[in-house]
Parts: sequence; structure tokens; C-alpha cells
Amino acid sequence: MRDVAVIGIGLTKFGELWDKSFRNLIAEAGSKAILDSGISGKEIDALYVGSMSAGRFIGQEHVGALVADSSGFAHMHIPSIRVESADASGGLAFRQGYFSVASGMNDIVVIGGVEKMTDVIGAEATDTLATSLDQEWEAFFGSTLAGTYAMIATKHMHDYGTTREQLAQVAVKNHANGALNPYAQFKRPISLENVLKAPMEAYPLTMMDCSPVSDGAAALVLCAAEKAKKYTDKPIKIIGSGQASDTLPLHGRKNICIFESTVYAAKMAYKQAGIKPKDVDVVEVHDSYTIGEILAIEDLGFVKKGEGGKAVENKITTFDGEIPVNPSGGLKAKGHPLGATGVAQIAEIVMQLRGEADKRQIKNAKIGLAHNVGGAGATCLVHILEAM
Amino acid sequence: MVNGAVPRFWREIPQRYNLIGNQCGVCKKIFFPPRESCPECRRKSIGKMKDIKLSGKGKLVTYSIIHAAPKNFEGQIPYPIGIIELDEGPRLTAQIVDCKIDDIKIGMKLESTFRKIQQDGYIGAIYYGYKFKPLEDKK
Repeated sequence: MRDVAVIGIGLTKFGELWDKSFRNLIAEAGSKAILDSGISGKEIDALYVGSMSAGRFIGQEHVGALVADSSGFAHMHIPSIRVESADASGGLAFRQGYFSVASGMNDIVVIGGVEKMTDVIGAEATDTLATSLDQEWEAFFGSTLAGTYAMIATKHMHDYGTTREQLAQVAVKNHANGALNPYAQFKRPISLENVLKAPMEAYPLTMMDCSPVSDGAAALVLCAAEKAKKYTDKPIKIIGSGQASDTLPLHGRKNICIFESTVYAAKMAYKQAGIKPKDVDVVEVHDSYTIGEILAIEDLGFVKKGEGGKAVENKITTFDGEIPVNPSGGLKAKGHPLGATGVAQIAEIVMQLRGEADKRQIKNAKIGLAHNVGGAGATCLVHILEAM
Repeated sequence: MVNGAVPRFWREIPQRYNLIGNQCGVCKKIFFPPRESCPECRRKSIGKMKDIKLSGKGKLVTYSIIHAAPKNFEGQIPYPIGIIELDEGPRLTAQIVDCKIDDIKIGMKLESTFRKIQQDGYIGAIYYGYKFKPLEDKK
């Protein structure tokens, strides 16, 4: 297996982008990434695209071909592969593209992630999010994705004394970071009150504990590391990649306050990279719900199980804290266009490691980690990157 | 909830109406919903899985109150939903009924009850199944 580097990134703005279609978004992100990398279109060996539910959001399947066509590659007949693992689709597309270059079959691939969520009404989006759960044994009985995370929050509060305020503090921190990110859906700080007094989504979580419904796309160009310097003087190497599964319904797990998929994916990635959690300088985690960020920092090994709430309260995860988490604003403030999220997280890590994150730059960031979860933890991807 | 044709619901009637799970003939572990084989005993369990009716009694592991509901449940908000651990071991997700929201506590004892779960719009099929209510102390 050979080393692989990220040599280009491209992002659209995230948000309610009513004037942009699915194909506009992915073509915009893809062309930005290609221009950023300095490759030409004919050097691309394959496209990998993460999209969770184009079929339900825009009534379109066969997304691989659509993306190749709308990006202008149909006449070049470049192979295009659509990848799906709920809202971890982007992270999974990245891992598949990484494998294809590491194996030597491909030299240069483009990874895309995209979702167009605002072409349906709110209740329809809630239903579609719940397709990442077990349809027959969770959703059938009236559970929702927010409800499932809320049940984890109830149990975490009960078992570890995590407080409602600590959960809210995650959203407050991520909004403060998002205010500095030009791509973010929400660019304004919020108060603890704003979160606690927002309408209830699923007790104990309010609407402000939840990531929004978003449109957006992200793209990356991957290249064999030995050839990367030909295109850029700041290639960012992939030094660890991990993926793991767990039971589809939350109720199938012995301990519902742990995402074992995160624990196992992280173990795999840390081992490949030859590093420990304390070696990581900057982290993007999957905070689709505030409790998700608390689980993530515990399960990735940054703090002990049960101490995530305290860590947030003690400001360990803020921009200038010991371990900065979600400098992009996270899914909560940056937005969460499902299939785009895993790719956008890695784009943020690349910006941080290149030293190009502007106002939200973490000083001396050398090693970064991205953590992408599908549904309520049935799939997890962890990637670790380092400046070359 | 994805709306489907009738067979999808018809084939799950034994589980949803009568809480029929199954048991591994090798390690005796009990599953709900029934599994094709036992994840622990694997190939040794093939052909040795036996249907078993569950008591419907158990305790509450955790819960939430749903305020933003799927389309077919919008008329029911706010409603409590929980994970219940049955006395026989398996866990499942179900609504909690017949008690005040404030009385719901982790660890409370519950029993299953047969109820209407949802309906496909105003004229669509009605789907039935289990919900859970506080276990009555029968003296």
C-alpha cells in the first residue's frame, strides 16, 4: 500500500440554498477542488460521491452518473461511484477513494459529498433522517433520529450527571466558531439561554441542540503522495483511516452511552497512524446533536467516559482550549448537508493543517482528526491527516 | 417511517401483535425480533432457532419525549418513547402510554399493551402493535 495525500479542496457555502440545485452544488464544489489542486480534468481516474438520500430528497438515484455528467466528465467516461452510509456517506466515499489510490489502481481521484435537503418540507426531512435508523423496529413505532440521540442524552445525564447546560454549551461553542467560518450556515454567536429556551425537539434536546436542515457540497482531490509535490507544496497526507459498524437500532446495544463504532474506528486509525489521542492538534467531530459531540470526545479517547460534559463546561474543547473541537462550527453551526458532511470535515482539517483557516486557524496544527457518524452510531469513520 | 404495501406489515404481525421472538437452541439466548441465526453461536445455531412468546414485562432503560414527529405521528405529539429491556433479555423501542409524562422514570417497570401505532394518512391502512404501560401491581 502506498501513501496518499489530499492536494485540493472545494466547498460551497452551506445553508438553505433555494437558488441552487443538487447538480449545481456538486459541480461547484468539484470544480473548486480541481482548480485548487492544479490537476487537469483528464488526469482524473475516478470519482467517488457520498450522498445519503438523493432518492427521497430530490427523487433522483443513479447519483454517480449524474455527478460525472453535471461536472462535465460524462464525455470522458470517467468511472463514478456513489457511496452510501447515511450521514457518514462522505467519510465513506473518502475512504473508498483513499483505498483506490493506495492500492495503486488509481493515481488521482476526486471525492465529492452532496445533499439537497430543502426541496422537501420539514416533516419529510424528519422522516428521511429516520431512514438511518431501523425502519421496522425503531421508526415504525414513532422514533426519530433526534429522539434516538435524546434517549442517549437522558441516559448520559442519568448515569454520569451530565447537565442540560453542558449539552447546551456544545452548541454555544460551535456557534462561536461558526461565526468565523465564511462557509457556515449560521454565522452568529448564541447564548446558553437561546439553546435552553428554544422549542423542544425531543426531550431533553431542544431545536438548538440539533444540526439544521442544509444544502451543500464539498470535494477533495486525492493523489499518490509520491506525486503530490508536483501539484502543490502543501500536500496533506492521510496517515490513518478507520471504519466500524454497530447494531442498526440503538436498543441493540448493551451500553447506549458508548458508540462502539467510534471506539473501534478510532483504534484502527490511531494504530495505522502510530499516534495517541494526545498527539492530535485539531478535531472535527460529528455533532449532529449536542450529545453526539460529548460521546465523540469520550469515545475518541480525549476524555474519560462520562467526563465529556465536564470537559465542555471547563472549556477544554474551545478554540483556544487543550483540544480544539469543531473549529469549523461543526455540524451545528456550519450546517449538515448529510452526504457532504464527512468530506467537508476533512476539507476543514486540510485548511487547518495548511495554515489557511484564517480567523479560525488553530496555532501550530500538525495532526488533525475527522470523525463522521452514520445515523445513531451504526457506522463510524475516523480519518487522521498530517502536513507533509 | 417509509409507507409500504400490505405484505410488509402482514409478515410482521406475529412479532408486533404477540411479541414472538426466538431462542438459540445452543446457548439459549433469546432474541427479539427473531433472528435467522445466533450472532454468538453462528453456524452451530442454524436450524436450531426456536420461536418463543415473550412475557411483555420489562423495565425502562431510557426515554425521550418526541415533539417533532414523523408525518404519520404528527397528531400524537408530544409523546414519550423509550427503550425497554424485557425480563427475558432483549431490548426494544416503543411508546410509553397510560401514565403522566412526569411519572416516567428510568428503571420503572412496564408491560406491553396492544394498540394502534399509526395510520397511512386519513384513509390508509391502520397499523397495530405494542406500546408499554406501567406494570400494575396485581395483589
